[in-house]
Amino acid sequence: MTIFVYDHTFEGLLTTVFEAYARKCFPDTLLSERQSLPLFADEPVRVHTDVGRADRVWRALQKKLSAGALNALTYVWLSEEEGADILLFRYIRKVVDAPVRIETCFSDPDVLAVAQTARRVSRERLRLLQFLRFQKAADGTLVGLFSPLHNVLPLGVEHFRDRLGDRRWLIYDTKRHYGYYSDGKQLDEVTLDERDARFTRSSDGRLDAALQSEDEQQFRLAWQTYFKAVAIRERINPRKQKQDMPLRYWKYLTEKQG
Amino acid sequence: MNEQVLAKLKILTESAKYDVSCASSGTVRANRPGMLGNTVGGIGICHSFSDDGRCISLLKIMLTNYCIYDCAYCINRRSNDLRRATLSVSELVELTMEFYVRNYIEGLFLSSGVVRNPDYTMERLVRVAKDLREVHRFNGYIHLKSIPGASAELVRQAGLYADRLSVNVEIPTEQNLKRLAPEKDHKSVFAPMRYIRQGMIENKEDRRRFRHAPRFAPAGQSTQMIIGATPETDRDVLRLSSNLYQHPDMKRVYYSGYVSVNTYDARLPVLKQPPLVREHRLYQADWLMRFYQFGVEEIVDEQTPFLELEIDPKLAWALRHPEQFPVDVNRADYEMLLRIPGVGVKSARLIVASRRFGKLGLHELKKMGVVMKRARYFLTCSELPMQTVNEVTPQRLRTLFLPPRPGGDGQLELPFSTE
Repeated sequence: MTIFVYDHTFEGLLTTVFEAYARKCFPDTLLSERQSLPLFADEPVRVHTDVGRADRVWRALQKKLSAGALNALTYVWLSEEEGADILLFRYIRKVVDAPVRIETCFSDPDVLAVAQTARRVSRERLRLLQFLRFQKAADGTLVGLFSPLHNVLPLGVEHFRDRLGDRRWLIYDTKRHYGYYSDGKQLDEVTLDERDARFTRSSDGRLDAALQSEDEQQFRLAWQTYFKAVAIRERINPRKQKQDMPLRYWKYLTEKQG
Repeated sequence: MNEQVLAKLKILTESAKYDVSCASSGTVRANRPGMLGNTVGGIGICHSFSDDGRCISLLKIMLTNYCIYDCAYCINRRSNDLRRATLSVSELVELTMEFYVRNYIEGLFLSSGVVRNPDYTMERLVRVAKDLREVHRFNGYIHLKSIPGASAELVRQAGLYADRLSVNVEIPTEQNLKRLAPEKDHKSVFAPMRYIRQGMIENKEDRRRFRHAPRFAPAGQSTQMIIGATPETDRDVLRLSSNLYQHPDMKRVYYSGYVSVNTYDARLPVLKQPPLVREHRLYQADWLMRFYQFGVEEIVDEQTPFLELEIDPKLAWALRHPEQFPVDVNRADYEMLLRIPGVGVKSARLIVASRRFGKLGLHELKKMGVVMKRARYFLTCSELPMQTVNEVTPQRLRTLFLPPRPGGDGQLELPFSTE
């Protein structure tokens, strides 16, 4: 069994592709540096990430794939699913080796898996746009906490930047411990340390009363009132509700904290 | 904001909730400097799902629930004794803006009871939309109800601020509408619809000449019909929808299973439950017309004016037309693929895209998301032929697809009572 060890970055993965073609030897398994080797494995090949080489692979892919399929590669990477990297590796290899464009050959299991994983991630991105809730802090900053299944914050941030215009806001991934802050003009990636992240400690992600703006409580209450009033009693359908709004998102939903 | 506004919010939401329209789709508009909000187009964004499973995308609320009309099916009819309220423009604007920045909603869906006369009411609706857009620089989604009987000029103004306009047909045939809502007729409903259509056509022309001409109701219009309050057949309902869909500005027809809100009115049937299954089948038929290229006469014809409640309309069509099957997935065109029960738009597209590279077998089809439990009787692929609908016979297949009876686990049941 051939094993390649790399630093578990997207550039690292592309370098691995380069390395494999250079050595004419293709891995069965990809491992990150932290993972331990399986039993009875040969000495693994260590790949050192090289941005120049990664860039060459990416440019080669640009010639062979449409913009949509290239996007799908990024989406699959951000899925952070088990085996996403080796799936991408096999897919890239097939794309490079095929004489024609194979991105729509869905009878191939890898092509189909890439398309389906990308669709799952894109759905999770939509869930971020749907179910993120902001709370207004005392200084007017809008704070939104989320813990998505896949790493979709980078995919959704542009939407919120466009939506909120010149407001200040912070979106924070409580699972992966990073987020984005915008002061209305510039967008920065931020990581909060223990002390700053005080508000993330409570399980429902509510801001401390002292940190909330004074009207925050009123509008929370107004939204909860609206949410209750809009349901038609004769049509109650909890199954459908959970289908469209899975329970794992309820934690941070204002209307479900009432 | 205070207690009073909270109480009004509750009253006016409860008055507005029977309108089923919810979409925030149809317009793509990026933010502009100094404004708040954008609209994403596509399928829109549903921000929540209420306890009845319906999506909450817009702040669906009435400006006032006072009404001079006395429509039998409506909760806000003037003879009903319920709490009435009116929101001021500033209260409504504040609610919309504050909900919007917290990512609770995509925008506002504003409706109103008719006060004084249709034009007076319409003018007040337009004023809210204008205030939101021009004073408060709100760039999110606005859906305005067009009041039946409103003048052309006011509808035109509304279209300049709103993304979507809608006028509700409510009852599919005119004589039944007259019976339940004596103050309304189809003319007062279809006139504003026509104004919206004309506005959109003219706007298209204008924008061809002037690139920056303001857009007129870019997300088109929608309407809704109440199902089960009057004895119309599904054929009547679907034929009207089909006629409405002939015009490209009509984006959606909603079907609202009648909820018995005014049980005392003898003109209305007494329903224990809203006709939810019938409503569901109507939506399925609606989808067949919009995305599956079915004609209305194929779904419901003179012999079968009602949709079957137990099996879906596409399967019902397939069982009525066994001569069209089996379909060879490796050769048939897209339109025919769509007609196979168990194949949807997504899987039909995947099939068309991938069969250029090689023949497809059962395993691949299953992986692509085809529901083989149904589809296998209606298709052939690269593998050995299976039992199709023609061998099994449609009658036998129908019994296979019927939903299991409640409580029945396939065992023979013997009645214990001797009567």
